Amino acid sequence: MFLGPGLVFITLFVAVPVLLVVSYTVFLRGRFGGVDYIFTLDNFLRAWEPTYRKVLVESVGIAAAATAIALAIGYPAAYAIAQAPGRWRNVLLVAVVIPFWTNFLIRIYAWVILLSNQGVVNDVLVGSGILNERLTLLYTKGAVVAGLVYVYLPLMIMPIYASVARLDVELREASANLGANKVTTFLRVTLPLSLPGVIAGSIFVFVPSLGNFVVPELLGGGKTVMVGNLVRDQFLKARDWPFGATLALIMIVLLFGLFALQSIVSRRFATEVS
Amino acid sequence: MIEPLVTIRGLCAHYGSVKALDNITLDIRDNEFFALLGPSGCGKTTLLRSLAGFEAPTAGTIYLAGDDLLAMPANRRPVNMMFQSYALFPHMTVERNVGYGPARAGVPRAEVARRVAEVLETVGLAGLANRRPSQLSGGQRQRVALARAIVNRPRLLLLDEPLSALDRNVRSQMQTELKRLQHDVGITFVIVTHDQEEALSMADRIAVMSHGVVQQVATPEDLYRSPANRHVAEFIGRSNIFEGEAEPRGLRVPNIGILPGHGEGSYLVVRPEDIRIAPRGGLPSPVLTGTVVDSQFSGGTTVTSVIPDNIETLSRQPISVTQPGFPTFAHNTAVELAWPSHSAVIVA
Repeated sequence: MFLGPGLVFITLFVAVPVLLVVSYTVFLRGRFGGVDYIFTLDNFLRAWEPTYRKVLVESVGIAAAATAIALAIGYPAAYAIAQAPGRWRNVLLVAVVIPFWTNFLIRIYAWVILLSNQGVVNDVLVGSGILNERLTLLYTKGAVVAGLVYVYLPLMIMPIYASVARLDVELREASANLGANKVTTFLRVTLPLSLPGVIAGSIFVFVPSLGNFVVPELLGGGKTVMVGNLVRDQFLKARDWPFGATLALIMIVLLFGLFALQSIVSRRFATEVS
Repeated sequence: MIEPLVTIRGLCAHYGSVKALDNITLDIRDNEFFALLGPSGCGKTTLLRSLAGFEAPTAGTIYLAGDDLLAMPANRRPVNMMFQSYALFPHMTVERNVGYGPARAGVPRAEVARRVAEVLETVGLAGLANRRPSQLSGGQRQRVALARAIVNRPRLLLLDEPLSALDRNVRSQMQTELKRLQHDVGITFVIVTHDQEEALSMADRIAVMSHGVVQQVATPEDLYRSPANRHVAEFIGRSNIFEGEAEPRGLRVPNIGILPGHGEGSYLVVRPEDIRIAPRGGLPSPVLTGTVVDSQFSGGTTVTSVIPDNIETLSRQPISVTQPGFPTFAHNTAVELAWPSHSAVIVA
């Protein structure tokens, strides 16, 4: 049986590394780094210790907050783009992805400049007399959330735009024709039918937010540790591969749960293609 | 005289500089099956969408039972529409699709369920209430769309090319059913179609439209028998049209003399089935002579194409003559044609 080059590629570069990481979770850490192949479940118990549990819970919280805010900004933006006249649509879509043309690190450093004590945001707030004192914006959880929202917002807008733009205008007309006002039409027709886009966008934002370790470091000042930082530190600094692998596995399981949810929702709201 | 249900006066609509509707004035009677017939781009869909409230005319008025329809937003009009694409909500079951309208009108749940069940029964979909549109055939979807549009008991039901997405067999069955349904539910139907056969077979009256103008409003029979002008004659049914000058006894054409007919104008329209045909010397008072080019049997009738001597039809096609029975003329037979004056009409 010929499996094709795609399957070989997936096996070599996805399945094997993932299985390797998964296998590390049940072994002991080697004395000088590496892995001692002695079976143990201690890594999982350790991950449930308050220190790490707190990081896990907080990471999920931060990623969820970033996702919710990105959704709150991204849905109206995507909806507006989808309603814009044809020639404007592409211009607006390009505007959404333009930030990707600049290096990720540079854009995050730009936020450092914006949010710092002597930064633009504080200058404006104090200068215009809205506030008397400068706020501590940088190196807070809020800064981390803002950074994540900023970085991943396009990933929210794109799938929502795709599902809203795909909706037949006649569906909204039919809703109006049957007596629904604009709000009802949105809640009962447009929103449910764009739910696959909402779920996809939310996953696209949540997943990399949860694993991100650059934004928490630069905008959180190392005070806000996310599970991504933890995993990296276990592998690269503490050289505790089994524990790093365990944390990584927990993330993977979490994300698989999300994908399962997405596929259920997508199937339920799949617009027929006939 | 009975007040019409819908009165449309001086309705105009523009797309940029293109006139989609040019001063439309039209009455639609209560309980009528009314068809808007015309080629694509003639403005019939724009007119329908103006009635539904999806299009804002630039001038003119539409009154429905005395109410100014144009002053109402689409969702407040007592008008329902069956969309060409059906526009069924794909995320809802048949029951929820059909119940959408009553639910919006604030009808209590139990009553919605009762009405939905009743209307599904009417359109012959009982038992499919829990299916989703994607699990239905084309004909079934069409019935759901119809059920959804009539469940609210609108004053006016608009149907945009309702049968165009169905294949031929289902279509003729649905034609009969639509007609029966309109009779049963007693709602005024306005149907948009480009299919003249559909309009002729279903409608009580037809408005023939072209270039944003209503050419004629009449019963199917009148449209066929006395078209208002040459456009209508060309569009409705098969016809042979000659150009000339009207005289009291008919149409004067060069080389031939007078073609029998009645009416005012410069075009004479004679239908294929009104022409008698015989071999040369077989008719008492022949009008034209010609040569048979083709004779086609089409089940029950035979259509014979004749190239006339010394004259041409407006379309430069051979004259078609329809007779009952089997072909009786071979290729190149010399024939004579005649028709009585009362069955040929002269129009502008």
